[in-house]
Amino acid sequence: MNTFTTRAAEYLPLLINGLWMTIAITLASLALATVLGMTWALLRTSGIKALALPTRIFVEGVRGIPILVVLFYIYFVMPDIGIDLTAFQAGVAGLALTYSCYIGETFRAGIEAIDRGQIEAAKSIGMKHPLMMRRVILPQAVRIVMPPYANNVIMLLKDSSQVSVITVAELTMQGKALASSTFDNMTVFTLVALLYLCLTIPLNMVMRRVEVALGGAK
Amino acid sequence: MINFENVHKAYGHHEVLKGIDASIDRGKVVCLIGPSGSGKSTMLRCVNGLETYQSGRITIDATLVDTDDASIHDIRTRVAMVFQRFNLFPHRTALENVMEGPLYVLRQDRSDVRDRASDLLNRVGLGDKLNAYPGSLSGGQQQRVAIARALAMQPTAILFDEPTSALDPEMVGEVLHVMRGLAEEHMTMLVVTHEIQFAREVADSVLFLDGGRIVEQGPARDLLHQPRHERTRDFLRRVTHPI
Ligand SMILES: Nc1ncnc2c1ncn2[C@@H]1O[C@H](COP(=O)(O)OP(=O)(O)OP(=O)(O)O)[C@@H](O)[C@H]1O
Ligand SMILES: [Mg+2]
Repeated sequence: MNTFTTRAAEYLPLLINGLWMTIAITLASLALATVLGMTWALLRTSGIKALALPTRIFVEGVRGIPILVVLFYIYFVMPDIGIDLTAFQAGVAGLALTYSCYIGETFRAGIEAIDRGQIEAAKSIGMKHPLMMRRVILPQAVRIVMPPYANNVIMLLKDSSQVSVITVAELTMQGKALASSTFDNMTVFTLVALLYLCLTIPLNMVMRRVEVALGGAK
Repeated sequence: MINFENVHKAYGHHEVLKGIDASIDRGKVVCLIGPSGSGKSTMLRCVNGLETYQSGRITIDATLVDTDDASIHDIRTRVAMVFQRFNLFPHRTALENVMEGPLYVLRQDRSDVRDRASDLLNRVGLGDKLNAYPGSLSGGQQQRVAIARALAMQPTAILFDEPTSALDPEMVGEVLHVMRGLAEEHMTMLVVTHEIQFAREVADSVLFLDGGRIVEQGPARDLLHQPRHERTRDFLRRVTHPI
């Protein structure tokens, strides 16, 4: 155990660097994925076929491609058409794109779960679609959507490890590098796993609090 | 002020309104009665464009009801609706429910709207429930909030679709009482109802709808006391003397 702690102390600074990168990439892609996801959901529920159908095809297309392939595509193929992104930017773009589609579907399901009577009540006082969304549908959908959204956030955090394949120096990448230079797989990957738990467990708790707070306001 | 001219409506091949002609004059209360599935709700919902109709004309004052036209939103601010299942906004208090339309649709001044909304809630007997959420109100209270929400738009007419059908019997009276008050103030109302007693006392005229057609229409006293058609007689016998 003593050797574990001394080694851990030795490895931690490097791993903490990776942890910060993991947090940065998760937050950046979550923000982007949420905005895009909301956009997909609003387009799909707009009632305007010319907007809804292309969005649906796009979302279902992206959902059918493994995240690693999306990342490779953005990092290795996009430069050929003149879009040169850093590894970090490509990582954020890939995660955000993929997760915007998962989150978008979650939001859409929440919007569609609202009772038809609410829509009729909103229409019957003269509300147009955008106002109805803003004042009637979305505030109610938020509650329904919170649990699956929280789940998406945790999945996104864990999937941020995938960007190690395009050389982003996040936690998993740092762990791999450290393990191959020290051959101390046991210590390194135990620490990596624990550091992920240091993020996911509090995040889970926060999300549950938010759910309770939203549910309680009813 | 509300006019139906040969209105036809079908869901797919299923014809629901088969040529409706009717007119509701300003300040009058018209009750729409008829068996289940006869098209009462559909007829009502065509007036504010919650349903579309395929042919004929519905006009409100001079405005044609056309769901494809931007004017439909304006029509809906002038013709309010009260639903069987209340459809209050559950995430807003009673007061906020009533303020919602005038504030966000009509963009009226907030403090004026607040004063008017609390006056209206007082008037429907809910002055002590301004800050209650719909979930904590009884069905009768919710329906009265819904009526206040409709009135807050200062509509020229109100459509009611079986406003007491989802209520426990002991709450029917309080809602009908509010509606009676509106009738006395000459609010134009088109009311789908099974409350024959209410129709008898309050309605100026009654329309009897069966199978998508208006079988009989006329002053409430005549139609409800001496129905001319066998089908109307049958229907009235069944609703006033069940079993
Ligand atoms: N959205 C819909 N799609 C298909 N058919 C419908 C739809 N809404 C109503 N209908 C049909 O139209 C007919 C008339 O319905 P409507 O709701 O207007 O009847 P109603 O007179 O209000 O009946 P109730 O007293 O049961 O409320 C019924 O046969 C019903 O099944
Ligand atoms: Mg009906």
